Amino acid sequence: MGQITLSAVTKSFGEVNVIPPLDLTINDGEFVVFVGPSGCGKSTLLRLIAGLEDISSGQVVIDGKDATETAPGQRGLAMVFQSYALYPHMTVRKNIAFPLKMAGLSQEQQNAKVEQAAKVLNLSNYLDRRPGQLSGGQRQRVAIGRAIVREPAAFLFDEPLSNLDAALRVTMRQEISELHQTLKTTMIYVTHDQVEAMTMADKIVVLNAGRIEQVGSPLELYRSPKNLFVAGFIGSPKMNFITGAEAAREGCTTLGIRPEHVDLREGGRWNGIVGLAEHLGSDTFLKVMTEEAGELTVRVSGEKALHHGDRVSLTPQEGKLYRFDHAGLAL
Amino acid sequence: MATEQSRTAARLMVSPAVILLFLWMIVPLGMTLYFSFLRYNLLMPGMETWTGFDNYYYFITQPAFWPALINTLLLVLGVLAITVIGGIALALLLDQPFRGQGIVRVMVIAPFFVMPTVAALVWKNMFMNPVNGMFAHMFKAVGLQPFDFLSQAPLASIILIVAWSWLPFATLILLTALQSLDREQMEAAEMDGAGWGSRFWHLTLPHLTRSITVVILIQTIFLLSVFAEILVTTNGGPGTASTNLPFLVYSQSLLSFDVGGGAAGGIIAVILANIVAIFLMRMIGKNLET
Repeated sequence: MGQITLSAVTKSFGEVNVIPPLDLTINDGEFVVFVGPSGCGKSTLLRLIAGLEDISSGQVVIDGKDATETAPGQRGLAMVFQSYALYPHMTVRKNIAFPLKMAGLSQEQQNAKVEQAAKVLNLSNYLDRRPGQLSGGQRQRVAIGRAIVREPAAFLFDEPLSNLDAALRVTMRQEISELHQTLKTTMIYVTHDQVEAMTMADKIVVLNAGRIEQVGSPLELYRSPKNLFVAGFIGSPKMNFITGAEAAREGCTTLGIRPEHVDLREGGRWNGIVGLAEHLGSDTFLKVMTEEAGELTVRVSGEKALHHGDRVSLTPQEGKLYRFDHAGLAL
Repeated sequence: MATEQSRTAARLMVSPAVILLFLWMIVPLGMTLYFSFLRYNLLMPGMETWTGFDNYYYFITQPAFWPALINTLLLVLGVLAITVIGGIALALLLDQPFRGQGIVRVMVIAPFFVMPTVAALVWKNMFMNPVNGMFAHMFKAVGLQPFDFLSQAPLASIILIVAWSWLPFATLILLTALQSLDREQMEAAEMDGAGWGSRFWHLTLPHLTRSITVVILIQTIFLLSVFAEILVTTNGGPGTASTNLPFLVYSQSLLSFDVGGGAAGGIIAVILANIVAIFLMRMIGKNLET
């Protein structure tokens, strides 16, 4: 079980109000990702759930029990930190066994659980090493192992992959997703990387300045962003925003179009000159300076040999235009 | 080639300093060693004769030697115990956020700057004096007989005085170590259900071992040679109750005018210090390796 409900939760540090009243329900077994730019309060929100920060007002309910005043260790949650926070003077075995030892389990029970977790995480050969002798990915797995053995109601991940290199990040991302499939435990994952959010989440919570901008499945957020912020944050490369006369013609303040929804065709709606062409092999991203709509990013097939200074003509795909009013809300 | 040359040059450059330091150490040591084998009494100058190991024999067999040796060890261990335990406690307190933290931290280090003679005299005359001392006044205020610290418990009083001057040193080193403790580790332990006690025992203390080792090693070197505090308070008495090895060496050479015997005592003190150093390095030196 791992249902977590936040109702009217706020947090202020002195005068600074970091999180205005916020309501959120996380269902049992869900993989929820908190995503947002740095300083948006996503880590603070996670720490409020963990109990590492005190809530200024409101209520945290875990599995139907009010946990607002409960100590972090008693909430039945396990957390994986950005720095891994392994205990440097203990071996991997002792690190993983630490929560069990604190819970007062016998030595045999501890060993059995540690061995089992080590097997799941491919750590069996490293149990007698110290964290300092492990690579980044292995340390990450030890941190996850320490969380798993507690059999928590929910896992909390605080930007766990940001210290890894790009290749390892992809692998660990898949491993965490697989872990979620196997354990079927609620997971809350904080990241600023929208790719991680899109690939892993059942439900994404987009945060901006402590407020929830939108909650939904990755595709929901991609297909129908509620406002400019979500539209700009989800999707890579970013959605193009067009203002001025071109937007007014569509009856809105801001017009949005994703780079992948623009076609290259003669006699199109917008004409311009290629400023920059990024050839990734599979795709090519073009920065096109158009006369009508300003600078647009366009994704074309990687086979297209276009270079700086080439003239192109662009057409938006039917029904893929997003319209936003003056307050930034989707129309 | 270039590195070989620069290495040679580097050796040449540092050699004057190294040679000077070596002479600084070896000349007094050599002379002490030489004197320790002479019958050398200041009352009969110019009559030195070779006596072999007699000085050592008489120094060790004098009745004050074993009490002095035990007092030396008690003094070192007592001060170490107080400063390490007290230092950890104070460091934990000072690590808490509170108003005026900076000022308090500066004030904590103050006793370390009071020179030993002055510190001991202040304690002797202003605190421990059975008539005018502050403790005497406090005892009288609650209707108790004033306690004459320096004659009733001379060694314990000296341990207290020396510990007072070394406590800031231990506190400061342990405080800096405490501040380098990773906050996320503490939070992780909190999530793992560890209470304050377990966190202290399983995280803080292991994190501090290296600094505690440094404190113990440095303090031991200085505490083996405590002298000023004894000279100005008890003069080693009553009897030999507060005489330690350095003080015994002093009384042998300058109160009994027996330079040969004092030198022998000095060599014995050097050997003792080395034994202690070897023991310490064996026991806790491995903490300093990464």
